[in-house]
Amino acid sequence: MRAMSVVLVLLSTALLAGCPKTTTTKPEGAGAGGTSGAGTSGYQGNGAGSGQQLTAEQLALKEVQQAGSVIYFDYDKAEIRPEYTSVIAAHAKYLNGNANRKARLEGHTDERGSREYNIGLGERRAQAVRRALMLQGVPEAQLATVSYGEERPAVDGHDEAAYSKNRRVEIAYGQ
Amino acid sequence: MRKTLQLLITSALLFAGVSHAQLVVEITKGQSDAVPIAVVPYGVEGQPAPTLDVADVIAADLKRSGRFAPLEKRDMIDRPTSGDQIRFQDWKYLKSDFITVGKVSADGPDRYSVQFELFNVLNGQRLLGQKIPSAAKDLRATAHRVADLIFQQLTGIPGAFSTRVAFLNVEGAAPNQRYKLIVADADGENQQVIANSGEPLMSPAWSPDGQSLAYVSFESKNAAIYVQTLRTGERRRVSARAGVNGAPAWSPDGRALALTLSRKDGDVDVYTLDLNSQVLTRMTFDPGIDTEPSFSADGKKIYFTSDRSGGPQIYEVDVNDPRNPRRVSFDGNYNARPRVSPDGKQLAVVHQDGGNFRIAVIDLASRAMQVLTQGRQDESPSYAPNGATIIYATQDRGRGVLATSSIDGRVQQRLAASAGDVREPVWAPYAK
Repeated sequence: MRAMSVVLVLLSTALLAGCPKTTTTKPEGAGAGGTSGAGTSGYQGNGAGSGQQLTAEQLALKEVQQAGSVIYFDYDKAEIRPEYTSVIAAHAKYLNGNANRKARLEGHTDERGSREYNIGLGERRAQAVRRALMLQGVPEAQLATVSYGEERPAVDGHDEAAYSKNRRVEIAYGQ
Repeated sequence: MRKTLQLLITSALLFAGVSHAQLVVEITKGQSDAVPIAVVPYGVEGQPAPTLDVADVIAADLKRSGRFAPLEKRDMIDRPTSGDQIRFQDWKYLKSDFITVGKVSADGPDRYSVQFELFNVLNGQRLLGQKIPSAAKDLRATAHRVADLIFQQLTGIPGAFSTRVAFLNVEGAAPNQRYKLIVADADGENQQVIANSGEPLMSPAWSPDGQSLAYVSFESKNAAIYVQTLRTGERRRVSARAGVNGAPAWSPDGRALALTLSRKDGDVDVYTLDLNSQVLTRMTFDPGIDTEPSFSADGKKIYFTSDRSGGPQIYEVDVNDPRNPRRVSFDGNYNARPRVSPDGKQLAVVHQDGGNFRIAVIDLASRAMQVLTQGRQDESPSYAPNGATIIYATQDRGRGVLATSSIDGRVQQRLAASAGDVREPVWAPYAK
């Protein structure tokens, strides 16, 4: 849960931070509401004749928020389970419609096993998400990966309930 | 965003001070046949008297080794400070096999000399006798040196009480964790914070001369490898490439690091990095995860973890022929993070044993494996420079603590921090 809200906050601040540079194509305050119905009330056209584009972006953003930004994995695995197809699709759509947005794919593992091997495993998970997004047309330049291995658990704890929440890739929109 | 700098020097982290996390050492398993020894409080001559009880430090070192059982001070009926004052019959009666006596003399305002002797109680034979000059601030180090000499005389193994250990201390709950890279004496004293970050720090590795640490820091929000000289605090960023920059390991000559990179294509592989020329040489070519390199004692081979056959296993590769790796571990379905023993004859690894992760050693000649530890989540083994002990990270009621085991598994101890988790211990080489 924490992971999710962090991602959403990042997403929101990213959109805000991006505004000054792209005033002709970006809405003011889109997504600033985080999870609370972002993008409908705060909408305010700021450029000339780009209304359709903005709506599309906001719709894509809403889909991203509904789909979530965390993909969970099985133990020692990096295959994306079928239930996350919609998450990938929502982010792909958002990225394809917003060439100036960059996604940071943060791979994580549970605490079991050795730490640097887990860095490798987290990277493999992040790369799996990267490939899935690229298969849906997202340009490589919009994607970066980082692996935290087991260093940044979403949930404290030493049982499978915690582990299953920690084996994940978070899709974040930063800087 | 930020330009990658080949050389980033900062001294901001230099005098970062003493950590709050005191380490508490507890022997969890000692040898039942530990050798009884009397460490008689050393006499004091001249002014000013030292503030440190040298014999206390020596007795504590010997006791922590698990191989010695120092006589309690209250049971000592006599306090000889030189060999000619020892009445061996008394100490025989107290069942001490060996006795050390000595004195600390003030040679000046902050200069001392520590004079000590070691005797066999049974036959009265003098085994050691030395006088070691010491600055006042080095008295503790000098006491460790005396303990090293006594340990070597009686066991045939060089002592490692004078050495240091680096480890990570992590405090706070996610996402507000504080990561500190700490260097302490092997008894947990003299802690110094080497690096301090709100982003993860990991994988510290001592240079062969014991002067520098390489480590991974996520302080720039991406993994980067730094090399920091302890005495000056000078720090270089040696690798900040796209993707993984991890698992630094020094070549025995200190000129190169083996490290793990994923670079642009995302394939996690081991490389060597010449620290002067910055030349990268790829050491592994498999599409799987190849990581956790460790140089052989002669520097000609690199041992590493690879999951090319399914689960992680240990492989070796000749540095000059990296296209022909060979598998080293065959017991079980998870063996990772090899560390080569100082004599080059063994590997310490993380081995999955019926669902638990434990430290095991692999004899490189016979390939036989022996599991040393009994934890659930034991990891990060590191050899003491004398090869007699392995320090590793484990969990105690959900907390990260450090533990040591003699390589025969007979002596074990635990080192817990007063605050937070401790993890990733690495034993420093002998100072050069």
